[in-house]
Order: sequence, then structure tokens, then C-alpha cells
Amino acid sequence: MVNTILEIMYVLCGLVCLATAYYSYVDTELKTRYGTVAFWVLLAFTFVAGPHVPPAIIGAVVVLMGVLTATKQVNIASLMNSTDAFREEHSLKLGNQLFIPALTIAVVAFIVGQFTDLGGLVGLGFGAIIATIIAMVMTKASVKYIPYDGSRLLQQVGAVAILPQLLAALGALFAAAGVGQVIAEGISGILPQGNILAGVIAYCVGMALFTMIMGNAFAAFAVITAGIGIPFVYSQGANPWIAGALALTAGYCGTLMTPMAANFNIVPAAILETKNRNRVIISQVPVAIAMLIVHIILMYFWAF
Amino acid sequence: MIRLIGVLIVIAGFALRLDTIGVVLVAGIVTGLVGGLSVGEILTTLGTAFTTNRYMTLFLITLPVIGILERYGLREVAARAIRSIKAATAGRVMTIYMIVRELAAAFSLRLGGHVQFIRPLVYPMALGAAEVNFEEVDEETKELIKGHSAAAENYGNFFGQNVFIAAGGVLLIVGTLAELGVEVTAEQVSLASIPIAVIAFVATLIQNMLFDRKLAKRLAAKQAQAEN
Repeated sequence: MVNTILEIMYVLCGLVCLATAYYSYVDTELKTRYGTVAFWVLLAFTFVAGPHVPPAIIGAVVVLMGVLTATKQVNIASLMNSTDAFREEHSLKLGNQLFIPALTIAVVAFIVGQFTDLGGLVGLGFGAIIATIIAMVMTKASVKYIPYDGSRLLQQVGAVAILPQLLAALGALFAAAGVGQVIAEGISGILPQGNILAGVIAYCVGMALFTMIMGNAFAAFAVITAGIGIPFVYSQGANPWIAGALALTAGYCGTLMTPMAANFNIVPAAILETKNRNRVIISQVPVAIAMLIVHIILMYFWAF
Repeated sequence: MIRLIGVLIVIAGFALRLDTIGVVLVAGIVTGLVGGLSVGEILTTLGTAFTTNRYMTLFLITLPVIGILERYGLREVAARAIRSIKAATAGRVMTIYMIVRELAAAFSLRLGGHVQFIRPLVYPMALGAAEVNFEEVDEETKELIKGHSAAAENYGNFFGQNVFIAAGGVLLIVGTLAELGVEVTAEQVSLASIPIAVIAFVATLIQNMLFDRKLAKRLAAKQAQAEN
């Protein structure tokens, strides 16, 4: 039941991808439009056909999508938001009720996740559908804006929308190749066996450091959880959802301290025209270090 | 040791700002090859994991409604609400923005942004509050207000987002742990993210209170100097 509903929702996601492919196709100004169209059609294919074809085919499709982005064939088609004047006028007319559909998504997702057996994901889908209906009634927008604005936002997110999914797949490959064991063996030489506090510190600090080097906490989570988290924290009896939640935000403490996370730290400094390009990082370092220490304490006392 | 080459590729590729998706795929394929998997096995592992983790990209389904709301001025309404905040000091402006941003993130509303909110709204409001209090605000103080304003956006965004049940981070945790044989649910992870969200707010509050105090001291000293 849940799986059937989810499959229907994945088809809807596929439709958003196909709409994006369509609007890329009609954008004759876009130099790489065939590559862009191909990327979104392939992504739609993985959404819809995923469970119905041999997994190796999906794997090959994903590799093909990687070739398209690596060769810079996937770019943003020009989809326009409404004019400033239009937004100003309607925001005055509709006022705070514009928040209602936006909040509906989260509230429905929470209620369905908390009080039914369907789970938060089905809730997210129901929330999105109900919110769309409310928004259409409220704004009386033309139906064509459902695919149009969905594509517009998906183009803004871009190809990296699939990054979390891809990193999970990377984690699966790391696991199959035994990468976690190698890191764990290397670290077990340094870390005292069976010491929970040492494991917790290594996991939290490892997340922050790896995130600082890579500029991306999601990527660090896959690597560090396999290498340090599993052998030194989870296997010692940690509550997995508490340790998992804390590990990722420990990584975010690293994000606050690295110029590698340029879009969060360096670009804002440029936008604000600061004299020191690391100004935002300098402001964040004291809070980031304090928060990292809090993460270690919380994981040690709360997850065990 | 050679099996760690994938980790090395990810680090080097991200550090060199190469195409993210390409880097991750190359790292995965190379790791699989040195780990003794055949090409077929690599593609199968990749495809299976990509399909079972489709839920991480389920947020696509929310994009049309958010796009339509933006078309009808969602950001403008939010900007107006923030502009109506009456806060007496620079630090308080930034703290209030942080909590608004954090709550929005917890409700999966992407209503923040350095371009959309910090530059046009929060920084001018914080600077304005400082100017009302101290008349003259020197360049160095402006620089500090800029840094703290931008930080408020990041604090709220980072530490609030995982409270939402279907946040990218939450689903990544669920999916990655599942690939490693540890079962957790998105509900559990999002609930476990609440304490850090609260603590991050307290940390922001303290930093900005200390900042207000520092501003008062420094500018008072400067004014005393000018009068003598």
C-alpha cells in the first residue's frame, strides 16, 4: 500500500523532470539544450522505471547522466518568475495567507508521519498535493504554471538535486568494496578499543574535519559513518537515530568554518562587500566550535 | 589501503571544484574496481542504491506549489514581515532573523538566502539599529555587522532544516545508515534534530548579546575620546 502510493509519487516527480526537459527543449537560446533535455529525461526514467528494469540499466543511466554533467552539457533554461510589480501587487492582496499552502506541506507531512502507518514520505507527497490545490484556488493561477514553476525551481536547484541519492549510492559501493573496514582498521590503531567517548569524539570531529576539507557535509557523512561511525559508535550500542542526526549537524559545524563551502561563506562575504573575504567564517568560528563541543557531549550522554 | 582511493578522489575532486556528480561517480566506480567488483556488479550496486534512495529526491513534488507561491509574492510577504520587526539593537535584529529562518527551515520553507534577505534586509536593519544607538558607526563595526548578519542565515538554515521530516539531510541519514545495515526512520531522525536546533538558537542569542555589549563599549569609548 505504502509502496504503491510512493511509486505514484515517484511518477509525479518524473513528470516534474519531464516538464523540465520540455521547457529546456523549447528554449532555443540554450546552447546545450539537447544535453540538458537528455539529463532530465534520464532522471525521469530512473524515477518511473527504477523498480521495473534490471538495476544495472539504472546504474548505466546514472553513469550517462554523470557524463552529461561532467562535460558541461546540463545548463539552465530561461524560465521567468513574474515581474516585480506583479509580485508586489499580489503579495499585498494575498498577504500572509500565502504562507498557508507553504505550511500545509510540513504540517500534513508531520501529521501523516506521526499518526498513521503511511510514514512521513507519503505525508510529504499528500502535503504537496493538498498545498498545490490550496495554492491554485487561492491565487487562481493558470494550471500551466504547475509544470512551469516546478521546472523553474528544479532548474534553479540544477543537476545537483540528485546528489543525496548519488552519495547514498556511493556509500553502497564503498560498503561493497569494504572501504569502511580499511578506515576502521587504520583508526583502530590510534583509537582505544571499546572506549565510547573516544569513538564519539572521533565521529563528531571527523565529520567536521572531513566537511571542512570537502566543503560538503553530505559527502562526509557517507565516508565517516562507514569508516568511524559504524565500528566505533553504532556497534558500541549507540541509539542510531540520535547518533546519526548529531553526526550530520556536527558536519555542519565544519561547514561554518571552511572557505570550501563557498556558497555559504565566501559568496555572502562578496555580496555584502566585506573587506576580509573570510569575514563570515571569522564570525562563525566561535559558535561552530562551541556547537561541535555540544555535539560531542550530547552524543555521549544522550545516544548511550 | 588502495581501497581508500575513492575517498581521495572525493576529497581532491571536491577541493578542486570539479563537477560534483562526475566526481562522485568516478570515485564510486574506481572504488568498486579496486575492491574487486566487476563492471556489471558496480552498475548493479549503483542502480539498486539509486532506485531504493529515490525518496531523497521526493522533494521535487513540492516544487510546483512553492514556485507558484513565489510567483504570487511569497518572498515579498516574508520580507515585509521581517521588515516590520522592531528591534532596538543590531544583535537583536540578527537573533530574531535567525529564529525566523530556523523555524522556516524546520517547516521546509526555503525562505532565506544571503542574496534575498541578508543583503537587502537584515544587514541594513542591523546597521540601522546600530546607527540609531551610536550615531556614528565606523567601518570596522560595519564589517563585523556584515559577518554576523551572514552568519545568522547559516545558523538558522543549517541547524533548523533537519527538524523537517523529509529534509535532504534527514533522508540522507536514513538512506546511508540503511546501506550500512542500520535501520532508522525519518520521524526518529527529525525528532532527534530538535535539541540541536534549540541549542543553536541559544548559541546565536549569546553571540549576538556579547556582540551588542562589545559594540556599546567600543563606541562609547570612541565617543568619550572624541569629546575630550
